[in-house]
Amino acid sequence: MAIIDLANPTRFLGLAHRALPWLSEITAAVFLVGLFLTYGAPDDYQQGATVKIMFIHVPSAWLGMFGWALMSVAALGTLVWRHPLADVAAKAAAPIGAAFTFLCLITGALWGRPMWGTYWVWDARLTSVLILFLMYLGVIALWRTVEDPSRAARAAAILTLVGAINLPIIKFSVDSGNTLNKPASVIRLGGPSIYPTILVPLLVMALAFTLLFVTLHIAAMGNEILRRRIRTLRLMQAQSAPGSGE
Amino acid sequence: MNLGPHAGFIIAAYAVAALVIIGLIAWVELDNRAQRKHLKKLHAQGVTRRSEKAT
Repeated sequence: MAIIDLANPTRFLGLAHRALPWLSEITAAVFLVGLFLTYGAPDDYQQGATVKIMFIHVPSAWLGMFGWALMSVAALGTLVWRHPLADVAAKAAAPIGAAFTFLCLITGALWGRPMWGTYWVWDARLTSVLILFLMYLGVIALWRTVEDPSRAARAAAILTLVGAINLPIIKFSVDSGNTLNKPASVIRLGGPSIYPTILVPLLVMALAFTLLFVTLHIAAMGNEILRRRIRTLRLMQAQSAPGSGE
Repeated sequence: MNLGPHAGFIIAAYAVAALVIIGLIAWVELDNRAQRKHLKKLHAQGVTRRSEKAT
């Protein structure tokens, strides 16, 4: 099957139907391995056991940003190529990305209190992630406000592309010095600066979270295709009803 | 496992993560059931797409 075949919603639904069971099983298995490694990970010499919060906080942060990047690519698909599944992909990704960003903010606050002595500061990193969360809510509200999916898709795509400016701001905010967050320690020039006993559980949990995102996204895209199919059928039903003028 | 003096924060973080993940899974699953129910109802009323009528 060529990649272009996936542009057909019916074929996508068929593929999703076949892929979701084993994708779910792989996700659950990687989560079990990740949680086992998390359980066995040693305490950090400075942070103690609170380093375990990192294994859920960092993947949530990555996926909050990944969700918006995915929506930005989909927005290009909507505006430039008018890809049939582009706006379906964008709409389905928004609540999932919002949930991971929310999780990043909450776990960050719970990690910050014992380490920094505060749940929240209005620094560059925390504020830009909060803005990302609010932008997610704005896009979700926009999708819900405009009834016609194709009109909503164009408006949401423009908002998404404008909001993508925030992604490099989040990424490089830790280098600005105006933040309590430490600079990047996994994806950096010269390789990760984290010791392997902490890095391996982190990467396995990141893989588990990513697989969860992908699985939920495919399932949510399937739901959105069904929702649009129902909308079309209801319009057909209304047009063929007696007194509809046809 | 000894989580030290900040055990409450660690447990709370994992509990919130579990709630958010379970909530996401439940949202997707319940939405799928609702859409399939609506689709089945429409099909029962004889409302189908042209491509489905042809098969």
